[in-house]
Amino acid sequence: MQKSLKAPAQALLLLGIALTTMTIGVAIGSSGFDNLLNALNDPVALKIIMDIRLPRTLGAWLAGALLGLSGALAQGLFRNPLADPYLLGSASGASLGVACLLVTLGVSANSSSWIFKLSLSGAAFLGAILAVSLTLILSRGVQHTLRLLLAGIIVGVVLGALTSLTIMLDPHIIQTMQSFLLGTTSFIDWDSVSLMGLVWIICTALTWTFSRALDALSLGESTANSLGLNLPPVRAGLIALLALATGTAVSQTGLIAFVGLASPHLVRSIIKVTHNWLLLLSSLMGGVLLLIADLAAKWLIAPQELPVGPITAVLGGLYLLRLMLSLNMNQEGL
Amino acid sequence: MNPLAIQTQSISVELGLRQVLSNVSINIQSAKWTNIVGPNGAGKSTLLKAMAGLIPIKGEVFYPTIKALSPTLKDKARHISWLGQNQMGADDLSVYDVAMLGRIPHRGWLGSAGEEDRSAVESALKVTQSWDWRDRFLKDLSGGERQRALLARALAVKADILLMDEPLSNLDPPHQVDWLEIVKSLIGQGKTVVSVLHEISMALRSDELIVMNCGQIKHQGSCAAPQTHQAVERVFENKIQISRINEQWISLPRMISDI
Repeated sequence: MQKSLKAPAQALLLLGIALTTMTIGVAIGSSGFDNLLNALNDPVALKIIMDIRLPRTLGAWLAGALLGLSGALAQGLFRNPLADPYLLGSASGASLGVACLLVTLGVSANSSSWIFKLSLSGAAFLGAILAVSLTLILSRGVQHTLRLLLAGIIVGVVLGALTSLTIMLDPHIIQTMQSFLLGTTSFIDWDSVSLMGLVWIICTALTWTFSRALDALSLGESTANSLGLNLPPVRAGLIALLALATGTAVSQTGLIAFVGLASPHLVRSIIKVTHNWLLLLSSLMGGVLLLIADLAAKWLIAPQELPVGPITAVLGGLYLLRLMLSLNMNQEGL
Repeated sequence: MNPLAIQTQSISVELGLRQVLSNVSINIQSAKWTNIVGPNGAGKSTLLKAMAGLIPIKGEVFYPTIKALSPTLKDKARHISWLGQNQMGADDLSVYDVAMLGRIPHRGWLGSAGEEDRSAVESALKVTQSWDWRDRFLKDLSGGERQRALLARALAVKADILLMDEPLSNLDPPHQVDWLEIVKSLIGQGKTVVSVLHEISMALRSDELIVMNCGQIKHQGSCAAPQTHQAVERVFENKIQISRINEQWISLPRMISDI
């Protein structure tokens, strides 16, 4: 009974932290910390909060939540705690998509028109989906996990090289590509929030239906198979959800490192649960991580702003380093 | 003779360029304990996996006791329980959660555990003496405890046929004896058990032995029959000797210096 209450309590705690961080995030802007109550009487301040800060903060939470969910999904699917949501090539595909769009349209890096933003998101999403499809073609379906992983690595490396070549061909796109590759939440608007919110609801609900299959898969494919699970459609469903969640997050915020990898780890270090809770808690943890990183991005060198990607990379790197050192110590202790 | 539980017809398995099984045809009787023995690389585990329908094969495997005309994966999963060798993973699941996985074939895609599921899991955990530490996580267990938790998962399926690949690995002698008692009890309930064992003395406690070498069946017969003992000694290059001590067949090492 105690264990069954722990997971909902953790979920509520993570939601509480997210709400608190969101409130602080909405209050912090380029001019520093604003009293939100004062903003109610100031139409300009209210407009800034409603049109810029609130969608950005909500969007940061949603992008983190999508990446956290994808991370737990990827680690369950590949039975590897070091699996990353970008493992099937979605990140490099999205980068190439954006690079190709920028070269083709010759769009100015400073363009902020909604058509530009929509095209950018569309190109990133399409690139991510095409890259995952290419991985699936190379691995000749979803039957073999190892083949899938290797195909994902190949696609990632090749598309990454193509992106670099594209940037080399047209140096004017470097600045825009840089903000995409570094990951940023500053372009998120209400459209992005609506899209990510919808995808998050769909993906969370559908991945939950696969949670028992992921539990069974954790004992190996033979055992899962022997329990009557038809693995090819299960894998195909999980990969589709992984591609949708990752592709959507990447298309709205660029490449944000480590959130997908670290979120399930952090959850597991706090509580051991079956996948039905692990997926949800990892998602909530991802949201909190990106919110905190976004807050740091706005605050660290204010009034200037840092891209959020390097902050998550540094935080994630430090966390992995701590994990590695604790593993070494455990092994030495054995 | 009991009715057949599993029948394989000319099954062959290739792994890469290697022929692991060649034209294997065997009959497994129901309500009997059958053991597959042979040296490393003989194809024992592959044969067991082929019987469970877990790998692609050439040939046919029949399960005459499954009544459904065209059994689905779930029908088969309810009927045949599988315990693989050295199963890793599931470190973050509790022993209870792992045992509950055995009930997947009996539950709907989204169905929650019912009274029957909980009762099957409790009984499996008690039989394997894992009930008292059901809330511990797999990663915190010793090798033997882990093996007992996994055995509970296989028992929780409540299948008519149990296929177990090296179920004694990591078990200490008292728990090996407990496993033997569990198998005898299952046979008493009319279940069919097929296992792959490296412990030949334990394997000689079964009803029937399948002796394998180089992907082929070299002999199938009663554990008490002299021909079976000779076949076992032969596939192990006569480096073991089967003797009767205290009313039990025992495998002893035979060194060249002893001959």
